[in-house]
Amino acid sequence: MSDFVTLESVDLQYGGKGGVLALSGTDMSIRKGEFAAVVGPSGCGKSSLMKLVTGLTPSTAGQIKVDGQTVSGPLKCVGMAFQNPTLLPWRKLLSNVMLPLEIVQPHRGRLMRHRQEYVEKARGLLKMVDLQGFEERHPWELSGGMQQRANLCRALIHNPDLLMLDEPFGALDAFTREELWGVLQDIWMEKRFTTILVTHDLREAAYLADVIYVMSARPGRVIATHRVDLPRPRTLETTFEPRFIEIVHTIRNEIAQIREESRAA
Amino acid sequence: MYSSNRRSLHLLMPWLVLAVLLTVWQLSVVVFEIPSFILPSPVAIYHAFQEYRPIILHHASLTMMNTMIGFGFGVIVGVLLGIFIGTIPMVYSGLYPVLIGFNSIPKVALVPIIVLWLGIGQPTAIATAFILCFFPIAVNVATGLATVEPEVEDVLRSLGASKIDLIRKIGLPRAMPFFFASLKISITLAFVGTVIAETIASNDGIGYLMMQASSQFRVPLMFAGVAVIAALGILTYVIFAFIEKRMTGWAIRGKK
Repeated sequence: MSDFVTLESVDLQYGGKGGVLALSGTDMSIRKGEFAAVVGPSGCGKSSLMKLVTGLTPSTAGQIKVDGQTVSGPLKCVGMAFQNPTLLPWRKLLSNVMLPLEIVQPHRGRLMRHRQEYVEKARGLLKMVDLQGFEERHPWELSGGMQQRANLCRALIHNPDLLMLDEPFGALDAFTREELWGVLQDIWMEKRFTTILVTHDLREAAYLADVIYVMSARPGRVIATHRVDLPRPRTLETTFEPRFIEIVHTIRNEIAQIREESRAA
Repeated sequence: MYSSNRRSLHLLMPWLVLAVLLTVWQLSVVVFEIPSFILPSPVAIYHAFQEYRPIILHHASLTMMNTMIGFGFGVIVGVLLGIFIGTIPMVYSGLYPVLIGFNSIPKVALVPIIVLWLGIGQPTAIATAFILCFFPIAVNVATGLATVEPEVEDVLRSLGASKIDLIRKIGLPRAMPFFFASLKISITLAFVGTVIAETIASNDGIGYLMMQASSQFRVPLMFAGVAVIAALGILTYVIFAFIEKRMTGWAIRGKK
Protein backbone atom coordinates (compact mmCIF):
# COMPACT_ATOMS: atom_id res chain seq x y z
CA MET A 1 0.00 0.00 0.00
CA SER A 2 1.24 3.49 -0.83
CA ASP A 3 1.29 6.52 1.40
CA PHE A 4 -1.81 8.64 0.98
CA VAL A 5 -1.04 11.48 3.36
CA THR A 6 2.53 12.53 4.11
CA LEU A 7 3.90 15.36 6.21
CA GLU A 8 7.59 16.17 5.98
CA SER A 9 9.12 18.37 8.70
CA VAL A 10 6.06 20.61 8.74
CA ASP A 11 6.14 23.83 10.78
CA LEU A 12 3.19 26.04 11.55
CA GLN A 13 3.54 29.43 13.14
CA TYR A 14 0.58 31.65 13.92
CA GLY A 15 0.79 35.42 13.71
CA GLY A 16 3.89 35.70 11.52
CA LYS A 17 7.47 35.95 12.77
CA GLY A 18 7.75 35.67 16.55
CA GLY A 19 4.20 34.31 16.77
CA VAL A 20 3.12 31.11 18.46
CA LEU A 21 4.81 28.03 17.04
CA ALA A 22 2.02 25.45 16.91
CA LEU A 23 3.79 22.66 15.04
CA SER A 24 7.49 22.09 14.57
CA GLY A 25 9.14 19.47 12.39
CA THR A 26 6.11 17.21 12.21
CA ASP A 27 6.54 14.03 10.20
CA MET A 28 3.75 11.62 9.40
CA SER A 29 2.86 9.18 6.72
CA ILE A 30 -0.52 7.56 6.48
CA ARG A 31 -1.25 4.81 4.01
CA LYS A 32 -4.24 4.62 1.74
CA GLY A 33 -7.21 3.14 3.54
CA GLU A 34 -5.53 3.40 6.89
CA PHE A 35 -7.19 4.65 10.07
CA ALA A 36 -4.79 6.97 11.87
CA ALA A 37 -5.31 8.62 15.23
CA VAL A 38 -3.45 11.62 16.60
CA VAL A 39 -3.33 12.04 20.36
CA GLY A 40 -1.52 14.46 22.62
CA PRO A 41 -1.89 16.88 25.50
CA SER A 42 -4.23 19.80 24.94
CA GLY A 43 -2.78 22.66 22.97
CA CYS A 44 -0.37 20.42 21.04
CA GLY A 45 -1.65 21.59 17.68
CA LYS A 46 -3.85 18.60 16.90
CA SER A 47 -6.56 20.74 15.39
CA SER A 48 -3.99 22.79 13.49
CA LEU A 49 -2.94 19.53 11.91
CA MET A 50 -6.46 19.05 10.55
CA LYS A 51 -6.40 22.46 8.94
CA LEU A 52 -2.97 21.86 7.45
CA VAL A 53 -3.78 18.51 5.87
CA THR A 54 -7.03 19.79 4.38
CA GLY A 55 -5.25 22.86 3.05
CA LEU A 56 -7.42 25.31 4.98
CA THR A 57 -4.30 26.77 6.60
CA PRO A 58 -0.98 26.98 4.74
CA SER A 59 2.06 25.59 6.56
CA THR A 60 4.97 27.86 7.45
CA ALA A 61 7.59 25.32 6.37
CA GLY A 62 7.81 21.75 5.19
CA GLN A 63 5.73 19.83 2.72
CA ILE A 64 2.33 18.17 2.91
CA LYS A 65 1.21 15.74 0.24
CA VAL A 66 -2.18 14.14 -0.18
CA ASP A 67 -2.58 11.45 -2.83
CA GLY A 68 0.78 12.37 -4.34
CA GLN A 69 -0.16 16.04 -4.77
CA THR A 70 1.41 18.83 -2.75
CA VAL A 71 -1.30 20.61 -0.76
CA SER A 72 -1.39 24.28 -1.70
CA GLY A 73 -5.03 25.26 -1.14
CA PRO A 74 -8.22 23.74 0.28
CA LEU A 75 -8.68 20.16 -0.94
CA LYS A 76 -11.76 19.47 -2.99
CA CYS A 77 -13.23 16.33 -1.56
CA VAL A 78 -12.53 15.79 2.13
CA GLY A 79 -15.12 14.64 4.62
CA MET A 80 -14.86 16.58 7.86
CA ALA A 81 -16.55 16.28 11.23
CA PHE A 82 -15.95 18.30 14.36
CA GLN A 83 -16.87 17.99 18.00
CA ASN A 84 -19.72 20.39 17.33
CA PRO A 85 -22.10 18.66 14.85
CA THR A 86 -22.50 21.93 12.84
CA LEU A 87 -25.62 20.70 11.08
CA LEU A 88 -27.54 23.54 9.45
CA PRO A 89 -30.63 24.27 11.57
CA TRP A 90 -32.77 25.38 8.61
CA ARG A 91 -32.34 22.09 6.77
CA LYS A 92 -33.98 18.82 7.58
CA LEU A 93 -31.74 15.87 8.35
CA LEU A 94 -31.84 14.38 4.86
CA SER A 95 -30.94 17.61 3.12
CA ASN A 96 -28.25 18.29 5.74
CA VAL A 97 -26.65 14.97 4.89
CA MET A 98 -26.93 15.73 1.18
CA LEU A 99 -25.27 19.15 1.46
CA PRO A 100 -21.82 18.00 0.21
CA LEU A 101 -23.45 16.71 -2.96
CA GLU A 102 -24.42 20.30 -3.77
CA ILE A 103 -20.74 21.30 -3.60
CA VAL A 104 -18.55 18.43 -4.78
CA GLN A 105 -18.16 17.56 -8.45
CA PRO A 106 -19.28 15.41 -10.22
CA HIS A 107 -22.25 15.01 -7.87
CA ARG A 108 -23.04 18.70 -8.02
CA GLY A 109 -23.77 18.52 -11.73
CA ARG A 110 -25.67 15.24 -11.47
CA LEU A 111 -27.75 16.01 -8.40
CA MET A 112 -30.69 17.55 -10.23
CA ARG A 113 -31.22 14.70 -12.67
CA HIS A 114 -30.27 11.80 -10.40
CA ARG A 115 -31.86 13.13 -7.27
CA GLN A 116 -33.67 9.93 -6.40
CA GLU A 117 -30.50 7.87 -6.55
CA TYR A 118 -28.75 10.27 -4.17
CA VAL A 119 -31.70 10.41 -1.81
CA GLU A 120 -31.58 6.62 -1.62
CA LYS A 121 -27.89 6.76 -0.82
CA ALA A 122 -28.42 9.32 1.95
CA ARG A 123 -31.24 7.24 3.40
CA GLY A 124 -28.99 4.19 3.30
CA LEU A 125 -26.26 5.99 5.24
CA LEU A 126 -28.75 7.28 7.81
CA LYS A 127 -29.98 3.73 8.20
CA MET A 128 -26.44 2.51 8.85
CA VAL A 129 -26.20 4.87 11.81
CA ASP A 130 -29.66 3.91 13.02
CA LEU A 131 -31.39 7.15 12.05
CA GLN A 132 -34.07 5.87 9.69
CA GLY A 133 -37.36 7.64 10.30
CA PHE A 134 -35.67 10.90 11.22
CA GLU A 135 -34.95 12.11 7.68
CA GLU A 136 -37.57 14.83 7.79
CA ARG A 137 -36.68 16.15 11.23
CA HIS A 138 -34.71 19.28 11.93
CA PRO A 139 -31.35 18.77 13.67
CA TRP A 140 -32.45 20.67 16.76
CA GLU A 141 -35.20 18.14 17.32
CA LEU A 142 -32.58 15.41 17.85
CA SER A 143 -30.25 14.52 20.70
CA GLY A 144 -26.52 15.33 20.58
CA GLY A 145 -25.63 11.73 19.79
CA MET A 146 -28.11 11.58 16.91
CA GLN A 147 -26.81 14.87 15.52
CA GLN A 148 -23.29 13.51 15.62
CA ARG A 149 -24.36 10.39 13.72
CA ALA A 150 -25.96 12.55 11.05
CA ASN A 151 -22.78 14.60 10.99
CA LEU A 152 -20.82 11.43 10.19
CA CYS A 153 -23.23 10.69 7.36
CA ARG A 154 -22.71 14.17 5.97
CA ALA A 155 -18.95 13.68 6.09
CA LEU A 156 -19.28 10.42 4.13
CA ILE A 157 -22.09 10.99 1.62
CA HIS A 158 -19.77 11.96 -1.25
CA ASN A 159 -17.43 8.96 -0.74
CA PRO A 160 -14.45 11.04 0.32
CA ASP A 161 -10.97 9.55 -0.07
CA LEU A 162 -10.02 11.24 3.15
CA LEU A 163 -12.06 11.60 6.33
CA MET A 164 -10.89 14.09 8.94
CA LEU A 165 -12.39 13.80 12.41
CA ASP A 166 -11.64 16.36 15.12
CA GLU A 167 -12.81 14.94 18.45
CA PRO A 168 -16.14 14.02 16.88
CA PHE A 169 -17.38 12.24 20.01
CA GLY A 170 -15.84 14.63 22.54
CA ALA A 171 -19.10 16.20 23.66
CA LEU A 172 -21.01 12.95 24.07
CA ASP A 173 -21.61 10.83 27.14
CA ALA A 174 -19.45 7.71 27.58
CA PHE A 175 -22.12 5.21 26.49
CA THR A 176 -23.09 7.05 23.32
CA ARG A 177 -19.42 7.58 22.53
CA GLU A 178 -18.58 3.89 22.78
CA GLU A 179 -21.61 3.01 20.71
CA LEU A 180 -20.53 5.40 17.96
CA TRP A 181 -17.02 3.89 17.91
CA GLY A 182 -18.71 0.69 16.79
CA VAL A 183 -20.81 2.54 14.20
CA LEU A 184 -17.78 4.34 12.77
CA GLN A 185 -15.73 1.12 12.68
CA ASP A 186 -18.49 -0.66 10.77
CA ILE A 187 -18.71 2.05 8.14
CA TRP A 188 -14.94 2.28 7.85
CA MET A 189 -14.55 -1.48 7.45
CA GLU A 190 -17.09 -1.41 4.67
CA LYS A 191 -15.70 1.59 2.75
CA ARG A 192 -12.05 1.78 3.82
CA PHE A 193 -11.52 5.49 3.36
CA THR A 194 -8.30 6.93 4.76
CA THR A 195 -9.12 8.49 8.12
CA ILE A 196 -7.33 10.86 10.45
CA LEU A 197 -8.92 11.09 13.88
CA VAL A 198 -7.79 13.74 16.32
CA THR A 199 -8.74 12.89 19.88
CA HIS A 200 -7.67 13.14 23.48
CA ASP A 201 -9.41 9.89 24.36
CA LEU A 202 -6.70 7.19 24.28
CA ARG A 203 -9.20 4.33 24.42
CA GLU A 204 -11.00 5.81 21.45
CA ALA A 205 -7.72 5.98 19.53
CA ALA A 206 -6.79 2.41 20.41
CA TYR A 207 -10.25 1.10 19.58
CA LEU A 208 -10.49 2.72 16.16
CA ALA A 209 -7.01 3.24 14.76
CA ASP A 210 -4.44 1.15 12.92
CA VAL A 211 -1.75 3.58 13.88
CA ILE A 212 -1.55 6.14 16.68
CA TYR A 213 0.65 9.23 16.55
CA VAL A 214 1.54 10.73 19.91
CA MET A 215 2.30 14.43 19.83
CA SER A 216 4.31 16.56 22.22
CA ALA A 217 3.15 19.75 23.87
CA ARG A 218 3.53 23.03 21.98
CA PRO A 219 5.27 23.21 19.65
CA GLY A 220 3.62 19.99 18.51
CA ARG A 221 5.79 17.27 17.02
CA VAL A 222 5.32 13.52 16.64
CA ILE A 223 7.26 11.81 19.42
CA ALA A 224 5.98 8.27 19.13
CA THR A 225 4.12 6.05 16.71
CA HIS A 226 2.23 2.96 17.78
CA ARG A 227 0.78 0.29 15.52
CA VAL A 228 -2.38 -1.21 16.92
CA ASP A 229 -2.32 -4.84 15.85
CA LEU A 230 -5.59 -5.90 17.44
CA PRO A 231 -7.87 -7.85 15.10
CA ARG A 232 -11.05 -6.28 13.70
CA PRO A 233 -13.87 -5.86 14.21
CA ARG A 234 -12.97 -4.70 17.67
CA THR A 235 -15.68 -4.69 20.28
CA LEU A 236 -16.05 -3.21 23.72
CA GLU A 237 -14.75 -6.55 24.99
CA THR A 238 -11.51 -5.83 23.16
CA THR A 239 -11.00 -2.80 25.36
CA PHE A 240 -10.60 -5.10 28.38
CA GLU A 241 -7.98 -7.34 26.79
CA PRO A 242 -4.43 -7.11 28.17
CA ARG A 243 -2.93 -6.04 24.81
CA PHE A 244 -5.42 -3.15 24.51
CA ILE A 245 -4.79 -2.03 28.05
CA GLU A 246 -1.05 -2.26 27.47
CA ILE A 247 -1.22 0.05 24.44
CA VAL A 248 -3.38 2.61 26.26
CA HIS A 249 -1.12 2.43 29.28
CA THR A 250 2.06 2.99 27.28
CA ILE A 251 0.62 6.03 25.52
CA ARG A 252 -0.76 7.34 28.80
CA ASN A 253 2.72 7.24 30.29
CA GLU A 254 4.25 8.96 27.28
CA ILE A 255 1.77 11.79 27.54
CA ALA A 256 2.26 12.08 31.30
CA GLN A 257 5.96 12.42 30.64
CA ILE A 258 5.45 15.12 28.02
CA ARG A 259 3.30 17.10 30.40
CA GLU A 260 5.90 16.85 33.13
CA GLU A 261 8.70 17.92 30.80
CA SER A 262 6.75 20.89 29.53
CA ARG A 263 5.92 21.89 33.08
CA ALA A 264 9.57 21.65 34.08
CA ALA A 265 10.66 23.71 31.09
CA MET B 1 -59.16 24.50 27.10
CA TYR B 2 -57.18 26.61 29.48
CA SER B 3 -54.37 27.19 27.04
CA SER B 4 -56.70 28.04 24.14
CA ASN B 5 -58.54 30.51 26.36
CA ARG B 6 -55.27 32.08 27.28
CA ARG B 7 -54.27 32.25 23.65
CA SER B 8 -57.40 34.07 22.58
CA LEU B 9 -56.93 36.42 25.52
CA HIS B 10 -53.45 37.21 24.19
CA LEU B 11 -54.95 38.02 20.80
CA LEU B 12 -57.63 40.14 22.44
CA MET B 13 -55.27 42.15 24.64
CA PRO B 14 -54.19 44.83 22.12
CA TRP B 15 -57.83 45.57 21.28
CA LEU B 16 -58.70 45.74 24.93
CA VAL B 17 -55.91 48.21 25.61
CA LEU B 18 -56.98 50.28 22.61
CA ALA B 19 -60.60 50.27 23.77
CA VAL B 20 -59.67 51.39 27.28
CA LEU B 21 -57.40 54.11 25.89
CA LEU B 22 -60.10 55.46 23.58
CA THR B 23 -62.72 55.34 26.34
CA VAL B 24 -60.52 57.27 28.76
CA TRP B 25 -59.74 59.76 25.99
CA GLN B 26 -63.41 60.21 25.09
CA LEU B 27 -64.45 60.61 28.72
CA SER B 28 -61.68 63.12 29.48
CA VAL B 29 -62.62 65.27 26.52
CA VAL B 30 -66.28 65.25 27.53
CA VAL B 31 -65.75 65.68 31.28
CA PHE B 32 -63.09 68.39 31.06
CA GLU B 33 -64.83 70.05 28.10
CA ILE B 34 -61.66 70.22 26.04
CA PRO B 35 -62.32 72.19 22.86
CA SER B 36 -61.96 70.08 19.73
CA PHE B 37 -59.32 72.41 18.17
CA ILE B 38 -56.99 71.40 21.02
CA LEU B 39 -57.84 67.75 21.46
CA PRO B 40 -60.76 66.29 19.52
CA SER B 41 -62.55 63.29 20.99
CA PRO B 42 -62.27 59.87 19.29
CA VAL B 43 -65.88 60.19 18.20
CA ALA B 44 -65.16 63.55 16.57
CA ILE B 45 -62.13 62.07 14.85
CA TYR B 46 -64.24 59.22 13.57
CA HIS B 47 -66.79 61.71 12.22
CA ALA B 48 -64.01 63.64 10.54
CA PHE B 49 -62.79 60.41 9.01
CA GLN B 50 -66.25 59.62 7.71
CA GLU B 51 -66.70 63.12 6.35
CA TYR B 52 -63.36 63.31 4.55
CA ARG B 53 -63.07 59.64 3.74
CA PRO B 54 -62.45 59.93 -0.02
CA ILE B 55 -59.78 62.58 0.50
CA ILE B 56 -58.09 60.70 3.33
CA LEU B 57 -58.10 57.43 1.43
CA HIS B 58 -56.73 59.14 -1.67
CA HIS B 59 -53.80 60.63 0.27
CA ALA B 60 -53.31 57.49 2.34
CA SER B 61 -52.98 55.34 -0.76
CA LEU B 62 -50.34 57.73 -2.14
CA THR B 63 -48.45 57.60 1.14
CA MET B 64 -48.68 53.83 1.13
CA MET B 65 -47.42 53.65 -2.44
CA ASN B 66 -44.47 55.98 -1.82
CA THR B 67 -43.59 54.06 1.32
CA MET B 68 -43.66 50.73 -0.48
CA ILE B 69 -41.52 51.95 -3.37
CA GLY B 70 -38.99 53.50 -1.00
CA PHE B 71 -39.06 50.37 1.11
CA GLY B 72 -38.56 48.21 -1.98
CA PHE B 73 -35.43 50.16 -2.92
CA GLY B 74 -34.37 49.98 0.71
CA VAL B 75 -34.63 46.20 0.71
CA ILE B 76 -32.66 45.82 -2.52
CA VAL B 77 -29.91 48.24 -1.55
CA GLY B 78 -29.90 47.09 2.08
CA VAL B 79 -29.51 43.41 1.15
CA LEU B 80 -26.79 44.05 -1.41
CA LEU B 81 -24.93 46.37 0.93
CA GLY B 82 -25.36 43.86 3.77
CA ILE B 83 -23.94 41.02 1.67
CA PHE B 84 -21.07 43.24 0.63
CA ILE B 85 -20.22 44.32 4.17
CA GLY B 86 -20.88 40.93 5.74
CA THR B 87 -18.73 38.86 3.41
CA ILE B 88 -15.73 41.05 2.62
CA PRO B 89 -13.83 42.05 5.79
CA MET B 90 -12.09 44.90 3.97
CA VAL B 91 -15.42 46.44 2.99
CA TYR B 92 -16.66 45.91 6.53
CA SER B 93 -13.84 47.92 8.10
CA GLY B 94 -14.08 50.57 5.41
CA LEU B 95 -17.80 51.08 5.07
CA TYR B 96 -19.23 50.27 8.48
CA PRO B 97 -18.01 53.39 10.33
CA VAL B 98 -19.16 55.57 7.44
CA LEU B 99 -22.61 54.00 7.56
CA ILE B 100 -22.83 54.51 11.32
CA GLY B 101 -21.96 58.16 10.80
CA PHE B 102 -24.54 58.51 8.08
CA ASN B 103 -27.20 56.85 10.15
CA SER B 104 -26.71 59.25 13.06
CA ILE B 105 -27.70 62.23 10.89
CA PRO B 106 -31.32 63.20 11.61
CA LYS B 107 -32.91 62.44 8.25
CA VAL B 108 -35.24 65.47 8.42
CA ALA B 109 -32.13 67.54 7.88
CA LEU B 110 -31.60 65.79 4.56
CA VAL B 111 -35.06 66.46 3.14
CA PRO B 112 -34.28 70.03 2.00
CA ILE B 113 -31.24 68.68 0.16
CA ILE B 114 -33.28 65.95 -1.47
CA VAL B 115 -35.88 68.55 -2.48
CA LEU B 116 -33.08 70.50 -4.12
CA TRP B 117 -32.20 67.44 -6.20
CA LEU B 118 -35.56 65.82 -6.83
CA GLY B 119 -38.02 68.67 -6.46
CA ILE B 120 -41.28 68.73 -4.56
CA GLY B 121 -43.46 65.62 -4.64
CA GLN B 122 -43.33 61.88 -4.98
CA PRO B 123 -39.62 61.26 -5.75
CA THR B 124 -38.60 63.14 -2.61
CA ALA B 125 -40.99 61.12 -0.45
CA ILE B 126 -39.71 57.86 -1.92
CA ALA B 127 -36.09 58.90 -1.48
CA THR B 128 -36.65 59.89 2.14
CA ALA B 129 -38.41 56.60 2.90
CA PHE B 130 -35.52 54.77 1.27
CA ILE B 131 -32.84 56.65 3.18
CA LEU B 132 -34.52 55.93 6.48
CA CYS B 133 -35.12 52.24 5.93
CA PHE B 134 -32.12 50.68 4.19
CA PHE B 135 -29.73 50.99 7.13
CA PRO B 136 -31.24 48.44 9.56
CA ILE B 137 -31.55 45.94 6.70
CA ALA B 138 -27.91 46.34 5.68
CA VAL B 139 -26.64 46.05 9.24
CA ASN B 140 -28.76 43.01 10.05
CA VAL B 141 -27.93 41.12 6.87
CA ALA B 142 -24.25 41.88 7.42
CA THR B 143 -24.45 40.66 11.01
CA GLY B 144 -26.12 37.42 9.94
CA LEU B 145 -23.46 36.77 7.32
CA ALA B 146 -20.55 37.71 9.54
CA THR B 147 -21.58 35.39 12.38
CA VAL B 148 -21.44 32.10 10.47
CA GLU B 149 -19.64 29.47 12.57
CA PRO B 150 -16.11 29.03 11.21
CA GLU B 151 -16.38 25.25 11.57
CA VAL B 152 -19.32 25.05 9.16
CA GLU B 153 -17.27 27.10 6.72
CA ASP B 154 -14.33 24.73 7.14
CA VAL B 155 -16.53 21.73 6.38
CA LEU B 156 -17.72 23.31 3.14
CA ARG B 157 -14.36 24.74 2.13
CA SER B 158 -12.69 21.37 2.45
CA LEU B 159 -15.27 20.12 -0.05
CA GLY B 160 -14.08 22.72 -2.51
CA ALA B 161 -16.84 25.29 -1.92
CA SER B 162 -16.29 28.71 -3.48
CA LYS B 163 -16.98 31.99 -1.71
CA ILE B 164 -20.29 32.18 -3.61
CA ASP B 165 -21.20 28.65 -2.47
CA LEU B 166 -20.53 29.63 1.13
CA ILE B 167 -22.78 32.68 0.85
CA ARG B 168 -25.57 30.76 -0.89
CA LYS B 169 -25.52 27.62 1.21
CA ILE B 170 -24.86 28.97 4.68
CA GLY B 171 -24.47 32.74 4.78
CA LEU B 172 -27.81 33.79 3.34
CA PRO B 173 -30.00 31.16 5.03
CA ARG B 174 -28.33 32.06 8.29
CA ALA B 175 -28.96 35.76 7.70
CA MET B 176 -32.67 35.21 6.98
CA PRO B 177 -33.96 35.64 10.57
CA PHE B 178 -31.85 38.80 10.87
CA PHE B 179 -33.22 40.01 7.55
CA PHE B 180 -36.87 39.51 8.46
CA ALA B 181 -36.38 41.06 11.87
CA SER B 182 -34.97 44.13 10.11
CA LEU B 183 -37.91 44.28 7.68
CA LYS B 184 -40.29 44.84 10.57
CA ILE B 185 -38.21 47.77 11.78
CA SER B 186 -37.60 49.16 8.32
CA ILE B 187 -41.18 49.21 7.10
CA THR B 188 -42.22 51.43 10.00
CA LEU B 189 -39.21 53.65 9.38
CA ALA B 190 -40.17 53.91 5.72
CA PHE B 191 -43.56 55.30 6.79
CA VAL B 192 -41.83 57.85 8.97
CA GLY B 193 -39.67 58.89 6.02
CA THR B 194 -42.55 59.29 3.62
CA VAL B 195 -44.67 61.32 5.99
CA ILE B 196 -41.76 63.59 6.95
CA ALA B 197 -41.08 64.34 3.29
CA GLU B 198 -44.78 64.89 2.59
CA THR B 199 -45.16 67.39 5.40
CA ILE B 200 -42.14 69.37 4.20
CA ALA B 201 -42.26 69.11 0.45
CA SER B 202 -45.28 67.59 -1.22
CA ASN B 203 -48.68 68.34 -2.67
CA ASP B 204 -50.25 65.07 -1.70
CA GLY B 205 -50.01 62.22 0.77
CA ILE B 206 -51.12 62.00 4.39
CA GLY B 207 -48.32 64.29 5.54
CA TYR B 208 -49.45 67.02 3.16
CA LEU B 209 -53.07 66.51 4.15
CA MET B 210 -52.17 67.02 7.78
CA MET B 211 -50.22 70.19 7.07
CA GLN B 212 -53.25 71.48 5.17
CA ALA B 213 -55.60 70.51 7.97
CA SER B 214 -53.27 72.16 10.48
CA SER B 215 -53.20 75.47 8.64
CA GLN B 216 -57.02 75.42 8.49
CA PHE B 217 -57.38 74.39 12.13
CA ARG B 218 -59.22 71.22 11.19
CA VAL B 219 -57.81 69.37 14.15
CA PRO B 220 -60.09 66.28 13.99
CA LEU B 221 -58.96 65.73 10.41
CA MET B 222 -55.30 65.88 11.51
CA PHE B 223 -55.94 63.23 14.11
CA ALA B 224 -57.78 61.11 11.56
CA GLY B 225 -54.62 61.31 9.44
CA VAL B 226 -52.46 60.19 12.35
CA ALA B 227 -54.82 57.29 13.01
CA VAL B 228 -54.64 56.20 9.37
CA ILE B 229 -50.82 56.27 9.40
CA ALA B 230 -50.76 54.23 12.58
CA ALA B 231 -53.17 51.70 11.09
CA LEU B 232 -51.08 51.39 7.92
CA GLY B 233 -47.93 50.94 10.00
CA ILE B 234 -49.47 48.17 12.06
CA LEU B 235 -50.93 46.48 9.00
CA THR B 236 -47.59 46.28 7.17
CA TYR B 237 -45.81 45.21 10.35
CA VAL B 238 -48.27 42.36 10.81
CA ILE B 239 -47.79 41.25 7.20
CA PHE B 240 -44.02 41.10 7.59
CA ALA B 241 -44.22 39.44 10.99
CA PHE B 242 -46.38 36.76 9.38
CA ILE B 243 -43.94 36.23 6.50
CA GLU B 244 -41.10 36.07 9.01
CA LYS B 245 -42.81 33.35 10.95
CA ARG B 246 -43.41 31.31 7.83
CA MET B 247 -39.90 31.70 6.44
CA THR B 248 -37.72 31.29 9.50
CA GLY B 249 -39.52 28.86 11.77
CA TRP B 250 -36.24 27.04 12.36
CA ALA B 251 -34.74 30.06 14.10
CA ILE B 252 -37.33 29.97 16.86
CA ARG B 253 -37.11 26.17 16.97
CA GLY B 254 -40.71 25.70 15.89
CA LYS B 255 -42.18 27.36 18.97
CA LYS B 256 -45.74 28.41 18.46
